[in-house]
Amino acid sequence: MSFEWLHPLLIATALVLAVIGAVRRVNLWRAGKPDQINLIAGLMAMPGRYLHDLHDIVERDKYMSRTHAATGGGFVLSASLIILVHLLGIDSQILAWALLAALALMFVGALFVFKRRLNPPSRISKGPWMRLPKSLLAFAGAFFVLTLPAAGVLPEGSGGVLLTIVLTALIIWGMGELFFGMTWGGPMKHAFAGALHLAFHRRQERFGGGRSTGLKPVDLSLAKEIGGVLGVAKPTDFKWNQLLGFDACVQCGKCEAMCPAFAAGQPLNPKKLIQDMVVGLAGGTDANYAGSPYPGKEVGHARGGPDHIITDGLIDPETLWSCTTCRACVEECPMMIEHVDAIVDMRRYLTMERGNTPNKGAEVLDNIIATDNPGGYAPASRTNWAADQNLPLMRDVKQADVLFWVSDGAFDMRSQRILRAFVKLLKAANVDFAVLGDEELDCGDVARRLGDDATFQSLAKRNLAVLSQYKFKRIVTTDPHAYHCLRNEYSDFGSDALNDVEVLHHTTFLNQLVQLGQLKLNNFTGAKVTYHDPCYLGRYNGEYEAPRELLRSMGIEIAEMERSGFRSRCCGGGGGAPVTDIPGERRIADMRMDDASSTGAELVAVGCQQCTAMLEGVVEPRPEVKDIAEILVDQLVDQTADSKVGQLAQEVH
Amino acid sequence: MQPNQLANKLKIVSLVSVGKHPQSGRVRRADQDSRAVELGMKLASDNLIVLHAGDPQEQALRSYAGMGLKSIQVLEMDPAADAVMPLGEHLQQSGAEIVLTGVRAESGESSGMVPYQLAEKLGWPIVPRVADIVSIEAGIAEVLQALPRGQRRSVKVRLPFIASVDSAAQDARQSAFGPASRAVMEVEVVSAATDAVRQSWEEAPARKRPKRLKVVKAKTAAERFKAATAKSQGDGGKVMKNESAAEQAQAILELLKEEGVLR
Ligand code: SF4
Ligand code: SF4
Repeated sequence: MSFEWLHPLLIATALVLAVIGAVRRVNLWRAGKPDQINLIAGLMAMPGRYLHDLHDIVERDKYMSRTHAATGGGFVLSASLIILVHLLGIDSQILAWALLAALALMFVGALFVFKRRLNPPSRISKGPWMRLPKSLLAFAGAFFVLTLPAAGVLPEGSGGVLLTIVLTALIIWGMGELFFGMTWGGPMKHAFAGALHLAFHRRQERFGGGRSTGLKPVDLSLAKEIGGVLGVAKPTDFKWNQLLGFDACVQCGKCEAMCPAFAAGQPLNPKKLIQDMVVGLAGGTDANYAGSPYPGKEVGHARGGPDHIITDGLIDPETLWSCTTCRACVEECPMMIEHVDAIVDMRRYLTMERGNTPNKGAEVLDNIIATDNPGGYAPASRTNWAADQNLPLMRDVKQADVLFWVSDGAFDMRSQRILRAFVKLLKAANVDFAVLGDEELDCGDVARRLGDDATFQSLAKRNLAVLSQYKFKRIVTTDPHAYHCLRNEYSDFGSDALNDVEVLHHTTFLNQLVQLGQLKLNNFTGAKVTYHDPCYLGRYNGEYEAPRELLRSMGIEIAEMERSGFRSRCCGGGGGAPVTDIPGERRIADMRMDDASSTGAELVAVGCQQCTAMLEGVVEPRPEVKDIAEILVDQLVDQTADSKVGQLAQEVH
Repeated sequence: MQPNQLANKLKIVSLVSVGKHPQSGRVRRADQDSRAVELGMKLASDNLIVLHAGDPQEQALRSYAGMGLKSIQVLEMDPAADAVMPLGEHLQQSGAEIVLTGVRAESGESSGMVPYQLAEKLGWPIVPRVADIVSIEAGIAEVLQALPRGQRRSVKVRLPFIASVDSAAQDARQSAFGPASRAVMEVEVVSAATDAVRQSWEEAPARKRPKRLKVVKAKTAAERFKAATAKSQGDGGKVMKNESAAEQAQAILELLKEEGVLR
């Protein structure tokens, strides 16, 4: 081959350009707000996180995980060896053979990428992404041939001018995509930003199988500052590592495929949302976006920049208010991007700075502020539901084993049936429990998801102040939203009220009672049963097993829905979505009920009053909906009755 | 929105008081007063002046500010004292052209007298229970008054005037935490006469007066609908359309004497 000097020069140029691009990209991220991250520790942990955390998610799709391991691994290996062999000119047959092997691996991987792209599902982006497999093949193929002489397979200088020209063209193309494109915004950007995102992720606790789902509190002192902004108005109001996270998106559309709002035809698509964030952080329009749009909205009219207000031209507020905060997207995202954080951050700005919570939002927030419950009921009527229940009040007893957190279900007649069932179970198992009565306030879930963190924080602090007066070992609640707040979000407010306190969902607690033999149950003889995982119990808190075990303990064989467990589809009731009520083509609850019906079940077991309300709102005919506590109560072996029968029997004899 | 551009140059003042939530009794922005602010913002946007007489630290003021006000003027005085004198003086000096208030306060005496007393003191006309101010042209405002059962009456009134804003007016926009915290309280300390009579009063939650049961004689749904929506037909009285203004005035005067309103 001729022009020996040409290829090292090309490689060097591509690498220098890549470095320049990288510096520019890093500066785009650095325009965000500072965040406390240990940079060195993050970088050290990054390869491990790639191999475990990220691949655990990719592994759900075996085809893709193998393809990616071959292509990505082959590429990283090839790139380093190319630098040694072709740029630095180290003359070693071993290195050259290693490079050939790496390139071959990459080439085979790229063939599978190519195959998947022949008939791509609608969730993945087209456009430049359709070019990527060809670029990969060009890169791997051209460098393979180029390396043959170094490996001693071909004599040095073999091949004519034509071959050199062709190879050079392919190399320029391949390196343009893989080195230059990586830092200048091509599809390969995902590798560069993705690796760093793994290192500097805002929720470091998520790695190593951890769970981190509580929202981060807003610094309310910004409200007093001139020029301070609560929440995120402009892309630069995000933390820098959130911006980095957006850039890591591979546009695989896994999030889109899972999003209930997208499926319902509401104007939200989590993938597009993340891409719009990228448009915002880099500046420009969404004209180059080549994936599914927000349902009902045309692509190409969004425009943004680092210092432009996002909701003025880049994203329609309706998009943000469509989200149910179900976290299905986050659970599915191989790049571990935090969609919900971003959405709530922007809602915070709309609510706390603009006063623009849509539909019933403003009214509900006003009610919560004035009465500590979303319905605006008299605070003194909070325990009216239990007038006949004779519940011990913490105010009187001061301590108990279990504090039963009643939640705002207290004001809702349907939810009260669940509460009563649970109380009956507690009494049957002789649990030493007490309630806060009128001292309990709304947990703040709705206020927080609607972006009013000021109200959430006020409620949290006041609830914690009440809790700190009493002694208890566990808090048990029938409401997964309250459960999530108490367990994951109240710890940010410097109170020791919940130190050493176990926060449990009622299904977990009841399951313990059943396992310990404190609750005796008859076998359930009714029809087929399916179970709906509430988002705030499952994805937010990882509790998938206890409710199922409880059902099994009554002899129920659960007819699982296609989407269950960590892939459960939201009922549509989270994140204040029923309050903001953004119109779509279908209702999320209807779709979920269709999921349930298609199992042939006649009873849907749930563990959340919000899910109960949403699913029962679906028009009949449909399966019946019952909280697990209600199902249990019907199967309860009434021991007092039994012993009475026994006594009677003795008297007769 | 042409009338608004005219109104932009007008000096509009919304008076606000401390409200009380009907269920929790907690302090809040008063419903009608916040509608008065909303109406004022619609007419004068950023030029609206919001005025309160009482304690500048009062939290309720913040929830008015959260509607997007840069500042609230506060005449600092004992909240229990009579606000009419200082408010009247302030308004007189400020050159206000339209003063908007609620119909009645949600706490304190809640007599609904403040707008009338202010009108008397300033010598201005008062338009009670307005639902909207439609236009302001050449010093004359066209005002919609709210009447029972969703009816409206259009009246024209010469500036300056006072209007009390009815619950039928456009409801107040959402109050946002950021602007609420950032607004400035422009405080002016005033002296006000302590309301000596009021000090001896005891406050108790109001009890609804028992209502006489209406015996519905209607047999069909249509009749019941009619009974529920019909205008109440006052007995007696007369309609005077063709008489001279002096005669009409005389008739009103006699009626007032007869009823014991004037002595
Ligand atoms: S946000 Fe995550 S799941 Fe969604 S398209 Fe991007 S990488 Fe895929
Ligand atoms: S949290 Fe749920 S509703 Fe919101 S974007 Fe993600 S998948 Fe869609």
